[in-house]
Amino acid sequence: MEQEFFATKPEDPRGPWDVVIIGSGPAGLTAAIYTTRGAASTLILGGGTWGGQLMLTTVVDNFPGFSEGVEGPILMEKMKSQAQRFGAEFLSVNADSIDVTKSPFEIKAGDKTYLARSIIIATGARTLWLDAPGVKELIGKGVSSCAPCDAPFFRGKKVAVVGGGDSAMEEASVLTKYASEVIIIHRRNEFKASAAMQEKVKKNPKIKILWNTEVVKANGEVKLESLDLKNSADNSTSNLPVDGLFVAIGHAPATEIFKGKVELDERGFVKNKGTKTNISGMFVSGDVHDHAYEQAVTAAGFGCMAGMDVLSFLEEPQSK
Amino acid sequence: MASIDITDQDFEAKVLQSKIPVLVDFWAEWCVPCKMAGPVLEELSEAYKDKIQVVKLNVDQNQLTPGSHGIMSIPTTILFKDGKEIGRQVGFSGKEAFEELMKKGVTS
Repeated sequence: MEQEFFATKPEDPRGPWDVVIIGSGPAGLTAAIYTTRGAASTLILGGGTWGGQLMLTTVVDNFPGFSEGVEGPILMEKMKSQAQRFGAEFLSVNADSIDVTKSPFEIKAGDKTYLARSIIIATGARTLWLDAPGVKELIGKGVSSCAPCDAPFFRGKKVAVVGGGDSAMEEASVLTKYASEVIIIHRRNEFKASAAMQEKVKKNPKIKILWNTEVVKANGEVKLESLDLKNSADNSTSNLPVDGLFVAIGHAPATEIFKGKVELDERGFVKNKGTKTNISGMFVSGDVHDHAYEQAVTAAGFGCMAGMDVLSFLEEPQSK
Repeated sequence: MASIDITDQDFEAKVLQSKIPVLVDFWAEWCVPCKMAGPVLEELSEAYKDKIQVVKLNVDQNQLTPGSHGIMSIPTTILFKDGKEIGRQVGFSGKEAFEELMKKGVTS
């Protein structure tokens, strides 16, 4: 692809960079496309595992412009090369800590320190596991959060999916390609998922749904063997033999490194006014603050807003 | 390329009989986290050259070894020393997690 560097990089790789973007999902990468095209030197600390939640999906059917759908990982590759095409520097490393009391800001990643005139927090959210005993111990031994990765290990087997949102529907659909039977366990009596996703699941003969049901325990030593369930409608309990359990009950914001540095709400999401945080020069975009929409396209939209707000901020005399 | 590809057939010889510890990467073509982990393991295989042998086993073409080692999620990496499993990492959690695992092979 032709390179069109609008943004020059600082001579010293440590910076100061006009903007350091922490995170590399749709929010972070879209922000980088806007900041680089606005000629701001841009460093993306993309994380040891880069690309965000879409890297663990198969076909994404609701991202505008892809009328036939697009593979999540391919979409992320394209966003990344688009940002790099305009001069973004991409490092697949985790930001370990930040110092917001210094100007420019300091960010430590491994044994390196980077300086930033502004920061965009775009660390997104990560899988929430069930609290039930046995679940964490059996991760990789039948318990998973990535059906596209692990579904083939459950060929001809019986698996359960826990959750009621779009990602639970997606996991269940993917699993039907391999498993003999897929049981969706949901604690309410209706799904939060979009009508299209629900339809796909409900008309699939391999999928059964257990409403008003919670997993209270995962059983198995060497591998998952069964789940203890509780029906919240009549308080009855039961045991369901399964070989796999796919957890899709939602996500928690990845904000550990910002605790005590940036204002967070009681659930750990970054508090925001538009794209601004409580620290001047620190901006936020995507699932790390948004718990209402949580879509690839809204994350990208928030990323665009944060990118544009960073460019205005860099114009202000105090940011120089 | 310090890492090598192995199969069900040579698992015994290349892993269990190895004189130095061996890190086995169970992977598949369709697994995105596996593809992200690949270059990281390659880099580490250079860094740990002569200390730890990194090998890759494709779980689509070789189903006996993953089955006998209870692999139900990939990427899974298992460290073997003197024919025994001494550590396991499920999923790709970045370079540090792999390094932690490899250090076990050097120090234990």
